[in-house]
Amino acid sequence: MTSPTHMTLAEARDALAAKKISSVELTQAHLTAIEKHNPALNAYVHHTPEIALAQAKASDERRASGSIGLLEGIPVGIKDLFCTKGVNSQSASKILTGFKPEYESTVTTNLFREGAVMLGKTNMDEFAMGSANITSTYGNCINPWKRADAPEKQLVPGGSSGGSAAAVAARLGFMATGTDTGGSIRQPAAFTGIVGIKPTYGRCSRWGIIAFASSLDQAGPMTRTVRDAAISLQAMAGHDPKDSTSAVQKLPNFEAIIGAGVKGLKIGIPNEYRIDGMNPEITAAWDKGAAILKAAGAEIVNVSLPHTKYALPTYYVLAPAECSSNLARYDGVRFGLRVMDDGDNLNDMYEKTRAAGFGAEVKRRILIGTYVLSAGYYDAYYKQAQRVRALIARDFVEAFKQCDVILTPTAPSDAFAIGDNQDDPVAMYLNDVFTIPASLAGLPAMALPIGLSKAGLPLGLHLIGRAFDEETVFKTAEVIEREAGFNFAPAGY
Amino acid sequence: MALTDKEVQHIAKLARIRVTAEELPHYAKEINGILKWIEQLNEVDTKGVAPLLSVSDQVLPWRADVVNDGNQQEAVLKNAPNQQYGCFAVPKVIE
Repeated sequence: MTSPTHMTLAEARDALAAKKISSVELTQAHLTAIEKHNPALNAYVHHTPEIALAQAKASDERRASGSIGLLEGIPVGIKDLFCTKGVNSQSASKILTGFKPEYESTVTTNLFREGAVMLGKTNMDEFAMGSANITSTYGNCINPWKRADAPEKQLVPGGSSGGSAAAVAARLGFMATGTDTGGSIRQPAAFTGIVGIKPTYGRCSRWGIIAFASSLDQAGPMTRTVRDAAISLQAMAGHDPKDSTSAVQKLPNFEAIIGAGVKGLKIGIPNEYRIDGMNPEITAAWDKGAAILKAAGAEIVNVSLPHTKYALPTYYVLAPAECSSNLARYDGVRFGLRVMDDGDNLNDMYEKTRAAGFGAEVKRRILIGTYVLSAGYYDAYYKQAQRVRALIARDFVEAFKQCDVILTPTAPSDAFAIGDNQDDPVAMYLNDVFTIPASLAGLPAMALPIGLSKAGLPLGLHLIGRAFDEETVFKTAEVIEREAGFNFAPAGY
Repeated sequence: MALTDKEVQHIAKLARIRVTAEELPHYAKEINGILKWIEQLNEVDTKGVAPLLSVSDQVLPWRADVVNDGNQQEAVLKNAPNQQYGCFAVPKVIE
């Protein structure tokens, strides 16, 4: 048998059930792999081997007594912005240096209730702001994939959930949690050849997740297969009275829909996503996805999402506005960093703490957000953006009158090198051009790999579903996964 | 309409982030670049469109008006950079 870390989550679940392996053995195999590979990747930034082994042991005991959760004994990674009791949770920011929450986020509580084992906390862009995992206080996370024509170059894993993506791709966890505000689960999934789903806004409780933009933030799983994503989302999601935007809708059995096929489904291809100068490899991957679904009995229909081009600028008004408000709490009073000199007053302390504690991208977004919310500019920027957001959401409602699920590329390119796209913030923002519209509309959306580029890097497709219809996304994704047969791991892992 | 260095300084003051004189032109240039790009939103005709505040059509839930948590002083103060007498300690506010 190859290393047990190379199984899928579902295979590991079955091996545990068949008593072919124990959770302690599975966990130890992952801890060994992390020790070996993590120094080159910087995917895990806080290691919790003692917690992992204790949880694994407890899981094996529960199993012996017949109590088996959905993720019983399964080792996973947790993105650094989930508050985990007694374990550093810093949203990869210097301003939360040493912060150890006294409480557990709802999502991690749910995961532990279902038997998951925490290997550690994963790297990310600071406060989830970024598309390359290059703004982390822990340093860059490195993509385990290498370009065939330039293997010496370090590539980004995407962002913001770059550490979770790199960990899952490098077989350092069966699943890792991500959060997605404008594409932070889906774009890194695409860059690392894995599956990532951002469920409908409200499916996963935001309680205990360090906030970036509250009207957009949503947690979801990152895994190596569609089935694994379904199992994991089942464990993470569900109504939570502690989050007033948590959805009351009942959770369907996501795994049960896997394999249902796409016969008779209508797949929407939005005209507006064919952007000028699009990378031909991305177009080819998109066409391949549509051809697979058509061959499997789905009908391909062209749909229109007329306000697509305004989604990015809308997002870059609303997300900074919400972040400037959410991040006001980091002031050196209640937690994290405090910077002040003798004789400083309260304002000096606030200003020095925030100047030293936030990185450049976070400061830029707080400043933009403060400006668009300031007196005199609120209507021109913030309100106008909210109105355009309404039009973007309406576009999807119209499109879903003609189709059941929408197929698009995930990102405009394969993974780029560290240093690329860094001179101009707007160039970096364009990475999320295909993922942001679904975020603004609060719709479920999944990234999954379909093949490799000429450079030998993963290319991803993106499926957007109706609100609370993750099931159609899952069953469509599974057909693409099965027919495309993507079965590649980064070399050396 | 581009923001001047002085205006950026004012925004930084509102955001309680200290920005040095040397950093100002850099921030001003980047912020102006982003704002210019954002201005394309003005092309969109939004007459009669209500601003979207939340994608959820759920009515905010009510809960019973009862104490359901508390007595957590130690936990609340645990991460404080400076605490005294069971309170968060900050520089003197009143002279």
